[in-house]
Amino acid sequence: MIDIIIGALATFGALFVLFAAIGLVRMPDTYLRISVTTKAATLGVGLVLMSTTVYFSNADVTSQAFVIILFLLLTAPVSAHLIGRASYFIGVKLWDKSVMDELRGKYQKNTHILKSIVDDTPEDNVDHTKMDDK
Amino acid sequence: MTLFEYLHYIILPVLVVSAVLILWRFIKGPSIADKIVSLDLLITTGIGVIAVYSVIYNQSTLMDTALILALIAFLSTVALSYYLEKRKRK
Repeated sequence: MIDIIIGALATFGALFVLFAAIGLVRMPDTYLRISVTTKAATLGVGLVLMSTTVYFSNADVTSQAFVIILFLLLTAPVSAHLIGRASYFIGVKLWDKSVMDELRGKYQKNTHILKSIVDDTPEDNVDHTKMDDK
Repeated sequence: MTLFEYLHYIILPVLVVSAVLILWRFIKGPSIADKIVSLDLLITTGIGVIAVYSVIYNQSTLMDTALILALIAFLSTVALSYYLEKRKRK
């Protein structure tokens, strides 16, 4: 019975990691790839670590695995936001079928401050339609 | 089929196939942000592989390595994105 629980948890974890890898290959855009990375892979690795806690059923391993899961759950959104912000600043193009860019003209190019409205100084703003370098 | 055979012949190949797919994106990736994201995901997949190996070999000490790898993945992503953002700010 314990073996079935361990096998099921490991199976779902490996499947979610595989879905994250397929999404990383198949998604058309850097931002969509970041989204796949931070959701599916965290859930998959968390499930595999849960299977180790069921196998050992030991206070040391359980606390250690929960520390790793908590750390992954805390740091995955932070790192995804940081790399998404940096890739927006260095001019990574959005998918050409994207319907809208909510951040167009709201990031300041020099100070890296996010404004809530588009003002009348467009030369200071990050605009992907006018950006040609990588 | 025992649990160890199942983990050894089904779960580990699935994780390895996903690691190969992530490595393909790391080699191909059009921008440098893709490479950083795929590196982060590769280390996260490595944590899963280490967890499966700790069950197969009945060694709970291997989880220490997984914790260190989780720390290193977060730190490298933060540092690389910081310098990537700073490169453009003149």
